[in-house]
Amino acid sequence: MIFPILSLIMLAPVIGAVIILFIPKDRNDAIKTVAAASAMVSMLLSLLVVFAYNRDQGGFQFAEKASWIPSLGVSYYVAVDGFSAPLLLLNGIVLFCAVLVTWNLTDRAREFFAFLLMLAAGVFGAFMSLDLFLFLIFYELVLFPVYVLVAGWGSGPREYAAMKLTIYLFLGSLASILGLLVIYYASGRSFSFDDMQRGVAALKDTVALQRTWFLPVFIGFGVLASIWPLHNWSPDGYASAPTAVSMLHGGVLKATGAYAALRFGVQIMPEGAKYWLPVVAFLCLANVIYAGSVAFRQKDLKYIIGFASVAHLGLVLLGICALNVYGLNGAGIELFAGGVMTGLMFSLVGIIYERSHERDFSKLNGLVKVMPLAAVGFVIGSLTAMGMPGFSGFPAEMQIFMGLWSASQTNSLMFAGQLNWWLAVIAIVGVLTILITATWTLRIGRQMFFTDAITPDWQQLPPLTGIEKVAIILPCIVCIGVGILPNSVMNIIEIGVQAMVKSIGG
Amino acid sequence: MTLTQFNPLELLAVLPELALVIWALVILAADLITGGIKRRTLGLLTAIGMVGVLIISLITMPQAGQITPTVLGALIRNDLYTFVFRTIFIVAGAITALIAGDFKIARAGGEFYALLILATMSMCVMAASVDIIMLYLATEAASISLYLLAGFMRDTPRSAEAGMKYFVFGAVASTVMLFGLSLLYGASGGMTGYPPLSIVFQQQSPSTIALVSQYPDTFTLASFGLLFVMVGFMFKTSAVPFHFWSPDVYEGAPTPVSGFLSTASKAAGFAVMMRFIYYAFPPGLSPVSNIWVVMMQPIAILTMFLGNLLAVTQTNIKRMLAYSSIAQAGYMLMGATAFGWSADRADALASIIFYVGTYMICNIAAFAIVGAVSVHLGSENITDFAGMSRRSPYLALAMVGCMLSLTGAPPLIGFIGKLFVFRAAMNANLIMLMIVGIINVLISVYYYLGVTRAMYSDKGDQSAPAIKIGSNTTWVVGVSSVALVLLTVVATPFWNLALEAARSFLS
Repeated sequence: MIFPILSLIMLAPVIGAVIILFIPKDRNDAIKTVAAASAMVSMLLSLLVVFAYNRDQGGFQFAEKASWIPSLGVSYYVAVDGFSAPLLLLNGIVLFCAVLVTWNLTDRAREFFAFLLMLAAGVFGAFMSLDLFLFLIFYELVLFPVYVLVAGWGSGPREYAAMKLTIYLFLGSLASILGLLVIYYASGRSFSFDDMQRGVAALKDTVALQRTWFLPVFIGFGVLASIWPLHNWSPDGYASAPTAVSMLHGGVLKATGAYAALRFGVQIMPEGAKYWLPVVAFLCLANVIYAGSVAFRQKDLKYIIGFASVAHLGLVLLGICALNVYGLNGAGIELFAGGVMTGLMFSLVGIIYERSHERDFSKLNGLVKVMPLAAVGFVIGSLTAMGMPGFSGFPAEMQIFMGLWSASQTNSLMFAGQLNWWLAVIAIVGVLTILITATWTLRIGRQMFFTDAITPDWQQLPPLTGIEKVAIILPCIVCIGVGILPNSVMNIIEIGVQAMVKSIGG
Repeated sequence: MTLTQFNPLELLAVLPELALVIWALVILAADLITGGIKRRTLGLLTAIGMVGVLIISLITMPQAGQITPTVLGALIRNDLYTFVFRTIFIVAGAITALIAGDFKIARAGGEFYALLILATMSMCVMAASVDIIMLYLATEAASISLYLLAGFMRDTPRSAEAGMKYFVFGAVASTVMLFGLSLLYGASGGMTGYPPLSIVFQQQSPSTIALVSQYPDTFTLASFGLLFVMVGFMFKTSAVPFHFWSPDVYEGAPTPVSGFLSTASKAAGFAVMMRFIYYAFPPGLSPVSNIWVVMMQPIAILTMFLGNLLAVTQTNIKRMLAYSSIAQAGYMLMGATAFGWSADRADALASIIFYVGTYMICNIAAFAIVGAVSVHLGSENITDFAGMSRRSPYLALAMVGCMLSLTGAPPLIGFIGKLFVFRAAMNANLIMLMIVGIINVLISVYYYLGVTRAMYSDKGDQSAPAIKIGSNTTWVVGVSSVALVLLTVVATPFWNLALEAARSFLS
């Protein structure tokens, strides 16, 4: 019996949540310590997974498989490949930072952290499950804590936002489930990923089936990845959600959507993917342009970061649409780097809002004098978002556009026959959208932090606490570290991506 | 059938039922002798007795795969199907007794618990009966106990009204059912057992051909007979259009009794209905059997939609739960529809059994919480649950668990239950029905989450003290909340038991 490291990663937050529920509610410090400890255990274990992943062997590793409901063909089957291992680490990092950022919470802290840890456990589970049924359980498990967290601890029109978010994501997941159930029935009634992939490929009318059912599955999961025009829940939700939830949701949960679209959409139905993705690419481009432009016009900080995360997922999906090694590599790094970046940005906005109770950035100024580290974090986050060389956004965005370009140059992918040149256009327009991101991040950064004048109110703001500094420094290290040594994550992502591209015959 | 070949050993098949009757008498005696001991103690005593009966039932449990004969003059069949439903009824009865001990019921003495035990016993007999006379006797015995229980708070007009309403509607339904049974008796030339009935109404059997040649209206009579009997079943299971009593009754009845009505009584309705329609009218063998096969689907669809849509508009939590339990009956009827159409009947029936069991756990826990909270608050409005997450965080969490499980959200047990029912519909090629079911689950998310929203989002009275609930209720709620999660992990043995029960039913 091998050491069940993946199960431990997923169970650590669950155990933490259960322990927290038994702590008396006035022992806030104990509650937060347990939450942070369980988040740290998960983070360190997932770091271990990334390091211990055997890069020569490739494929799915750390597998644990046990029969669960045999009459439905359901098993407990978890494993990671090169693509999903870094995503576990991403969730670990963002969860840990989210707990740290919420250290000052006093309102029903016990329930808050219990729900937050359940949410994180669901995300961990989703990234590691290779049984579709298990995946869907984790996927849905995430939705309800989010509802309670947003409606119970959010701000502004939180009930509206929470209900909107839940309904969007629930409907999206239903579309995916419907499509995948058809595949399940057609491919031999096993929920195991390997069996489904093989079963679909072996079908007689496989191409027609894949072309029919790929779109609902991809778009259904795409709703969680806030694909345009179904992104609407996301800015509203993030504007109302408490900081920690925005961080986890924007940074990691959306990645679950993109990951699921890739794993259970593209990988199980490659023919459908080749047929539809060039069309879907336009939606993703719209994500980048539209969300970027809205972020440019917005004054509300939380909305801005919310739209920024929509744009960031647009890039990820564009990378997936390229369907080649470059594009998927870029998508993988963008998921990781962009997730950390989004988490960082949400935590900064949350910290500033918590102190100033001001979300309109044009009313904030000179904050560098009060909280210099926040300014540094914001600059690093901005540079990552715009894909500046030397930051983790650069290898991601560059490879995504390289992937799109090279997909347009080759005929290896069918792309419904003659749509290849579209991708070149998309790549060019996409590169230009970096300008949009650069404009709004620089503008906001200057206004908030680097003006000479400072409103007296803001001068009174308390400086950052040590715990908050940790929560800012940790993601900054990741952003710069991956930027300088892109190979640190790329060499593992690439292994997963190459196997994927091979299996989809790209 | 005559009772001349009565074999005393056959009484073993009804040993749990006999033990229940004895225990009801013991409770009455205990109340009398001790001069009215505390109702808490009585509730506990009742529950202990029920657990004892459960052990007896386990000992006399029929083996899986073994064909069980009918006993006591072909009135009763103690197969695994009976065993599983008996377990469900007794667990529901024990839980009800426990939470009733905490519930302020005017003048609740031994008779309340004795009636509860008798109702439970009658339900067990309902699940076991394979003869229309036994069917009617058991159903009436259960109903009469329940009428009394629903109207038990005599000093409260609402409860008295609930009891009266339940009695009037119930009496009409059972009269219609009795009329239907008499039609069947006449049309078949004097048959009362299910198996003989099924033989008479098969087209090909010589006796039928003889009967039809003599009385050409035989099939028409039998069809009306079946329809009228179905009315009685639909009343019991609160299926549309015979659901209208349940919101009023659930609202007025003492809350533990509402919980019992919505779970055990509904389960008993399904147990007896499935037995009757399949044993007396096996699908496909006569034109009469087509009636129930065809009518199930529209009833299921109507029941789901009506229950869910009306639940959305409710402001009183007990009424909301009443409509939700109508909707839940709709999902069970979906399983029953699949049972009629499917090639794999064991799977479809097992899905109903499994669903009934899972539903019992979460719904009765929900009523336990509602009962405790509404007594404390003096109000049953959903809006008055506001801020409960601050006042009583654990209770709020348990309520969320029950609501989510009723919705069918993973990873709670309700999800697995829904999954099996939906799969049964899929296997029977009832795609449309399955889609209707999914739409209904979506509708139900709204009102189940509404309770969650009130508890977590609305501020409510900030300084209000924690809600006090009795220790029995605490235990019940705690154990069922844990069960909601844990049963998902170990669902397979329970599913296998349901499947074995369905197989023993079909053999």
